[in-house]
Amino acid sequence: MAHTEQERPEIYGVIAEFETPTELVEAARRTRAAGYRHVDAFSPYPIEELNEALAIRRTRLPILIFLGGLIGGLSGYLLLYYTSAIDYPINVGGRPFNSWPSFVPITFEMTVLFAAFSAFLGMLGRNGLPRPYHPVFNVPRFELASRDRFFLLIEATDPKFDREETAGFLWGLNAREVFEVEP
Amino acid sequence: MSTITSGRQQEMIGQDHPVIAPGHNFISVTEKIASIVLSRRTPFGWVIGATITFVMVMMLLYTITYLVLTGIGIWGNNIPVAWAFDIINFVWWIGIGHAGTLISAILLLFRQDWRTSINRAAEAMTLFAVACAGLFPLFHVGRPWLAYWLFPYPNTMGMWPQFRSPLMWDVFAVSTYGTVSLLFWFTGLIPDLATMRDQARHPLVKKIYGVLAMGWRGSARHWHRYETAYLILAGLSTPLVLSVHTVVSFDFAVSILPGWHTTIFPPYFVAGAIYSGFAMVLTLLIPIRKFYGLEDMITLRHMNQMGKVMLATGLIVAYGYLMEAFIGWYAGGYEWFMIRNRMFGPYAWSYWLLILCNIITPQLLWSRRVRENMLVLFIVSIIINVGMWLERFVIIVTSLYRDFLPSSWGMYAPRLWDFTMFFGTIGFFLFMMFLFIRLLPMIPIFEVRMLLPQSRVQSKAEAAAHD
Repeated sequence: MAHTEQERPEIYGVIAEFETPTELVEAARRTRAAGYRHVDAFSPYPIEELNEALAIRRTRLPILIFLGGLIGGLSGYLLLYYTSAIDYPINVGGRPFNSWPSFVPITFEMTVLFAAFSAFLGMLGRNGLPRPYHPVFNVPRFELASRDRFFLLIEATDPKFDREETAGFLWGLNAREVFEVEP
Repeated sequence: MSTITSGRQQEMIGQDHPVIAPGHNFISVTEKIASIVLSRRTPFGWVIGATITFVMVMMLLYTITYLVLTGIGIWGNNIPVAWAFDIINFVWWIGIGHAGTLISAILLLFRQDWRTSINRAAEAMTLFAVACAGLFPLFHVGRPWLAYWLFPYPNTMGMWPQFRSPLMWDVFAVSTYGTVSLLFWFTGLIPDLATMRDQARHPLVKKIYGVLAMGWRGSARHWHRYETAYLILAGLSTPLVLSVHTVVSFDFAVSILPGWHTTIFPPYFVAGAIYSGFAMVLTLLIPIRKFYGLEDMITLRHMNQMGKVMLATGLIVAYGYLMEAFIGWYAGGYEWFMIRNRMFGPYAWSYWLLILCNIITPQLLWSRRVRENMLVLFIVSIIINVGMWLERFVIIVTSLYRDFLPSSWGMYAPRLWDFTMFFGTIGFFLFMMFLFIRLLPMIPIFEVRMLLPQSRVQSKAEAAAHD
């Protein structure tokens, strides 16, 4: 597609590359302070300080996992109760049909199973994964984000976003390089 | 710190090997680990090992085919020893798996940084060990094509499984354990799969890792949820792993057979499981580390610590043996008869060999020189593996072969097909390990990055001091 000088293609955002985690965290802090809100950082390993620098809210994943475990445990016990006391009661030496002590192991295993699936699927789901395509991968150097480089992205949807000004702002944060991200 | 270092201090410094050798950076650790997988050249040693173990897998498949076509009569087990190699090997394999979960989950919760380089391989070991374990009860049911009857599903027979039976608990415990271990392991792999995707040069390889990485891009928000999920999965796996061998021990303890019906079984089984699992981790890692030159990342510190865990769990197991004998004597009657048979009966060799392998040999581990000598440690780990197998042999065979009526006593001896099945699973296990180290990063790259000093975010004051 040919574009004239005036109508350049839309971009997804502007991304800056940093060499150390310290620079990234510092840049993230200053970007937030400058009023940018649609900001994301990328690193080859988790950096705790970014949560505070980017004001990332505590995830609600633990609640989801708790509910998953609760559902697992209840449905596990219900299965045992229904099969052993209602649908197929067998009298073994006059013991109660709802013999709960012997139902403990399976109830426990079902709790763990459901909670673990909630953790795994919840983490992926809330992160929007699997996601085969994402604009950041259009930046060739972004493949270093999984090795040794640190990236800070300001999305074009940010109200304060301006193509030139935002790129200039990122250059001012000691970035090693700044790239435009194609959508 | 003072510059004068006494001999004693030097010794202490020597004791504290780092978890990662100095001089590494983000690029070197990434490339070191990823290149084992991405290198086009398959090492010759790998080819030899994989071929030998593949032949063993074929032996396993041959055995299983013959078994399914003929019936379990081809094995040596029969009344009174109706459970023999099947359950011995099942318990042995499940126990081995436990070290993987202990390393990846429990040591994570205890913030032990030495777990980092070894957790991936140990978890892979868990998965393959559980797969091997599952084969034995599956084929021991006799009609494996009906094994799905174990699961509760509405059926035209109008029946449900007997949920008060420990065997049903076992089905749930082991299948949950296998599934959760897989989820935990795969969760840990996701960021590394992204690294593999980005490091790979071949387009097809890139695509495969790309699909598996599911578009992971290392976003700070993703890491935040990821770490939460990973920690909670560790928290869930911890009671799970303890419950699994507890339930396995219930298979015995809930019955009313002398030698099985004891309350000490659950803790002593769990300790034994961890004991044998660490032995297997060492048996695998000592050669792998040497062969791939990973001494920088799997250091003497790891070896030393694993030796200590083996010593500790070995002592718990020793206490278990002691208590079993004591309670047998204290209870008298059938219990004492069983213990005397176990110690001095026709299977006495297995009992004393067990004591030699599992109690006497690990006492060597008190010495740091032994824990840091790879050859000796390797031999000790093999002896413990054998010992833990013997433990299950002793518990199962010597409790069953002489019951209450002398007229129904009988001896047990395994047959050829017992051995081909057992060694076949060892082959399968090792073959899967070979595939694993060739196809996936065996050390968690992103976690090793976090061990490097440069991964730390410096405070303003520190940064100023450096400038």
